[in-house]
Amino acid sequence: MAGLSLTNIHKSYGKVDVIKGVDLTIEHGEFVVFVGPSGCGKSTLLRMIAGLEDITEGELKIGDRVVNQVQPRDRGVAMVFQSYALYPHMTVYDNVGFGLLLAKTPKPERDAKIMEAARILQMEHLLDRKPAQLSGGQRQRVAIGRAIVRKPDVFLFDEPLSNLDASLRLDMRSEISKLHNSLGATMIYVTHDQVEAMTLADKIVVLNGGVVQQVGSPLELYHKPANLFVAGFIGSPKMNLLPVKVTDLSADTMTLASEALEPITLPRRDGIGQGDSLTLGVRPHQLLKDGTKRIAGKVDLVERLGNETIISAILPSGETVLAALAGDVAIALNDDIALNFDPDEICLFNAEGNAV
Amino acid sequence: MSAVISPNTGVNTALRYLLLVVFALIFVFPILFMVVSSFKPAQQLLRDTASIAAFLPVGDLSFDNYAAAFRRAPVALFIFNSVVITVVTVAGALFICSMAAFSFAFLEFKGKEVVLAVLIATLIVPFETIAIPMLMLVNNLPWIGAGGLQFGWLNTYHVQIVPFLADALTIFLFVQYFRDLPRELIEAARLDGATWFQVYTRVIVPISGPVFATAAILKFLAMYNQYLWPLLVTQSEQYRPVMVGLQYFFQLNIAWGEVMAYLSIITLPVLIFYLVLQRAFISSIASTGIKG
Repeated sequence: MAGLSLTNIHKSYGKVDVIKGVDLTIEHGEFVVFVGPSGCGKSTLLRMIAGLEDITEGELKIGDRVVNQVQPRDRGVAMVFQSYALYPHMTVYDNVGFGLLLAKTPKPERDAKIMEAARILQMEHLLDRKPAQLSGGQRQRVAIGRAIVRKPDVFLFDEPLSNLDASLRLDMRSEISKLHNSLGATMIYVTHDQVEAMTLADKIVVLNGGVVQQVGSPLELYHKPANLFVAGFIGSPKMNLLPVKVTDLSADTMTLASEALEPITLPRRDGIGQGDSLTLGVRPHQLLKDGTKRIAGKVDLVERLGNETIISAILPSGETVLAALAGDVAIALNDDIALNFDPDEICLFNAEGNAV
Repeated sequence: MSAVISPNTGVNTALRYLLLVVFALIFVFPILFMVVSSFKPAQQLLRDTASIAAFLPVGDLSFDNYAAAFRRAPVALFIFNSVVITVVTVAGALFICSMAAFSFAFLEFKGKEVVLAVLIATLIVPFETIAIPMLMLVNNLPWIGAGGLQFGWLNTYHVQIVPFLADALTIFLFVQYFRDLPRELIEAARLDGATWFQVYTRVIVPISGPVFATAAILKFLAMYNQYLWPLLVTQSEQYRPVMVGLQYFFQLNIAWGEVMAYLSIITLPVLIFYLVLQRAFISSIASTGIKG
């Protein structure tokens, strides 16, 4: 078991930089999720940790050992692939035991480990089957089993659930979470699904364009996004982002207003000047319909989910605002709606897009 | 089965089968003619070619032509030579070419694309153009055999084997197949602790049955049908293969019955080899294990 440290990691394909200097520390036993849109470099980063991609520049340590030049098999990592990558000509038993066989583990010990993995993943009855005879979920279990038996220091998951249907994905998600709790191993998990990231992670690493945008716990990212990218990426439905201006500034307070927003006064934050243009971020779930009007608009979409009602409203300034209101709210298309929020909960971003 | 069958379906199927039968007959007729003729005396054989009887086992049938063929030429020796040369070359070529293709498909090294391009370019060079330079080359090459170090490879088995152990077509076939295999399988195996050679032997080879069968059939045919090269490099009949042996039957008076008997005999190994591999070919079409 071991933690990892990445220092100034770069990856280039010719002149194209894919990973542009990643610094990251992962503690032993942590569940870390790399999340970001397609092409952000999250899978590349994972594959560099696995040893499947060369590291162009920087230092990667697993435990206390620099492993830049170490072969994948000697890194003490196991990986679960998006496509499962099961060996089609081998039975489940042989698939799971392949690594042990290569490591020349004696047969009785190998048997015991394979049975143990099969028990943990409830697939004892599948051991004689070939991958072609398994369903998607069963294949995923086998792929995880293959990782477990080797007792690696670090588990790597590359979008392992994206080929599964929605309900199975939910089941497997909770199983992976339980597995982490029972094994206590370091796990690194790549996904583009921010809900997976939020539910599984001890620590989320948000990547965009090969650069780490923010590292933190799921709630930290949710409540205190470091920049506009993270604010927009984490949370579903997306955070509402509205342009505002600083209309008044005193020693302790500042007042923000815009065409769409009734003036609000907040404690003054650092680095803000009179007349600055800022972006105000407020989550759809932070908006309330309690009669107080901070923003107002015309309803152009209503989605009723039973436990909540998602309303899209167009403000006079032309921006669209999403509100997730609790329960079944009596409202119809084209109704006027006034929404309130707690000014203490909002996020503010400066012109560079960074949180202030 | 669907209960509703369009009236056209039956007619279409019949037409399709008819077409297939016609094509099959076109391909089968020469073989049929050869086998049937091998049992006929020379006069009858020539007389029958004017009618449909050429394809029918009628008249005075016997094994006389076969007996005569064995008297005229060391048929068993030729077949033995051909089988040794072909089997060793096919086995060696499958191993060497698939390993080379594995490197081209999965390993990263400088100049890979250039080397592969040059290799494939050699496909368009006819063998006849390089036969003479190759002959001069093998005439001077050293070989360590039972008699110690010797120079010159002529009149041996290995002169008919070694130059054909690697060829561009076979490598190219394997490269194309390997490139379509899911890379994750190789990566999974490497993470499981496999060396590159173990990735090759335990993961790639077992799932590449179809391409091995295809390459084996093509290589077998190419080797078994060799004529020019063995003619150039063997002077004594001790190492001559079946195709060169055909010369024994084209003397002043051509005994067509014996020719047909000889041809029937030497066709047999090819048919057996093909039938064996065809079964392997069909049974080895494996699922890739990757969800699409």
